[in-house]
Amino acid sequence: MSTLSPVSPDPAAGTGYAPDGGPEVPLQRNRPFSRANLVQTIAGGYVPLILATLVVVVPLLWMLLSSFKQPGEIVTTDLKILPESLNLDNYRTAMTTVPFGQFFLNSLIVTTVGSTVKVILAILTAYALVFVRFPFKNVIFVVILVALMVPPQVSILPNYILIAGIGGKNTLWGIILPGLGTAFGTFLLRQHFMTLPASILEAAEIDGAGHWRRLWQVVAPVSLPSIATVALVTVVSEWNDYIWPLIITDRPETMTLPVGLTLLQNSEGNGAGWGILMAGAMLVIVPILLVFAALQRYIVAGLTQGSVTG
Amino acid sequence: MTRQLTDRPAATARAVTPDQRRGRWSARTRRDFIVFLALALPNLALIAVFTYLPLINNIYYSTLDWTLGSANATVVGFDNYINFFTSTDAPTVLGTTAIFTVVTVGGSMVLGLLVALALNSKVRGTTFARSAVFAPYVLSGVGVGLVWLFIFDPGYGVLSWLLRGIGQQSPQWINDPQLSLVMVIIVYIWKNLGYCAVVYLAGLQSLPKDVMEAASLDGANGFRRFISMSVPLLSPTTFFLLITTMLSSLQAFDLIRIMTPLGNGTSTLIYEAYLQAFGAYNRAGYSASISVVLFAILLIITVLQLRFVERKVHYS
Repeated sequence: MSTLSPVSPDPAAGTGYAPDGGPEVPLQRNRPFSRANLVQTIAGGYVPLILATLVVVVPLLWMLLSSFKQPGEIVTTDLKILPESLNLDNYRTAMTTVPFGQFFLNSLIVTTVGSTVKVILAILTAYALVFVRFPFKNVIFVVILVALMVPPQVSILPNYILIAGIGGKNTLWGIILPGLGTAFGTFLLRQHFMTLPASILEAAEIDGAGHWRRLWQVVAPVSLPSIATVALVTVVSEWNDYIWPLIITDRPETMTLPVGLTLLQNSEGNGAGWGILMAGAMLVIVPILLVFAALQRYIVAGLTQGSVTG
Repeated sequence: MTRQLTDRPAATARAVTPDQRRGRWSARTRRDFIVFLALALPNLALIAVFTYLPLINNIYYSTLDWTLGSANATVVGFDNYINFFTSTDAPTVLGTTAIFTVVTVGGSMVLGLLVALALNSKVRGTTFARSAVFAPYVLSGVGVGLVWLFIFDPGYGVLSWLLRGIGQQSPQWINDPQLSLVMVIIVYIWKNLGYCAVVYLAGLQSLPKDVMEAASLDGANGFRRFISMSVPLLSPTTFFLLITTMLSSLQAFDLIRIMTPLGNGTSTLIYEAYLQAFGAYNRAGYSASISVVLFAILLIITVLQLRFVERKVHYS
């Protein structure tokens, strides 16, 4: 049996059953390059994989291609898959019809300021919860856990009344402020800080380091992957945030990209405007797509947190 | 410094201790108290003001007959709730919410599991496919909604071309309320199934290998093993996904707002609450009462989750 498959790293092959087949597997199938094996690998492995990938990639590719198409190429009786040229007119039109540059800047400010403050607050709170002595820490932790489960959507009306009441309507701080408290980041970092060995902090304490130095010189540096996870998930959600900026801004000067895209939709919502809208969608989607492509490991880990531990 | 401490005779150290050390302890406790508040208070205060306070305010607003922006509000007790549940809106909104939630949760979990099985195969390229499938989950709902609105466009969309190719007319996705709901559901599943797939993949990869091998030794084929081994063993993952996807489906807003701004056929609880307060009517009190109903539903699901998670821990 083993002579049939000279190189068999899989111990199952030698004993006559394959992990993905029944016990009465014909010996042929155990040969790595036999026709049956090849067909099975392609049909069972590659086809579903390629299918799943295409379902995701094709609509996004369609957005990219359409963003270069002129109205004449979209409003036509025969489908043109590729644009005639890499014409940037749609991008130009999108940016002049509505102040896209301003939206981009606003989104950049909201995301940068919001994420930075949130990450710092999460680090400080998580450190306090784990390493500083305080009587009601468990109660405070429960308060944070419950806040994690309160959906922001049910708070929009009261928060609108509150923020509009203190003059935050159509301001960037009005967009940023209500989202600054962070239960998610605090929770995730606390869970991570709990796993740090006490010895590294004791060493720092004996050296006379106070809490501030212990936090920034010992705890934070060894927790960089977790902090990166929190930071990236925060950046993604701040950039994409829609319902709150939509409600608290109605003037283009303070709109973020997703809200601005709605404005563009209102002015270009006819057949000829699809190319322009796709260009606008590109400007919103591509920055996050690039961040995701570069750092997806952290983002996936952060967003699916809790799934394995329950 | 350390040298001095260790070199100091033990007797002298003990001689000074009791009172002084207690004094030092309480000073340290006080210092820790202040340090804790300095570190945690800003975040806790923000959470209190923008997460907890709105819950209370929502309940209060829900008892008012109040137009947003108006200076006058009259207390009407439970009238908003009674109005909502006795109106013709209630069956429509609750029905839409139920259909949207059940179909999106079921659809993204079943398809997510199938994609996870594909991702779990031992071929090259699974890492890339995994990232690709997950990508829509992190993209802006507004951008994604526009892209799909173009695809569904009855006049110039790709879908209408494909349908014309097989001699069919494109359905009126935008104007027909029922088809609008179908359209939004399809796009929502497209955007979220990658999340389910990745979570299921983690579950599949943590299945005990020896048990699976024993099953195949006993003669169970791939499908049989999947149904009677993988699916039951994945039940904690399934339960986790059921809860998380249900909570997010109940809060779905971006796609509905972009694809069907009027909420014609797609007005779920969250969207109705938005429309009532920020749409044409500015009915703040009425909107708040719908938000409270939504929150109550979310709360029940969360409590159920906590109950079952305890049981699940015993199980695994």
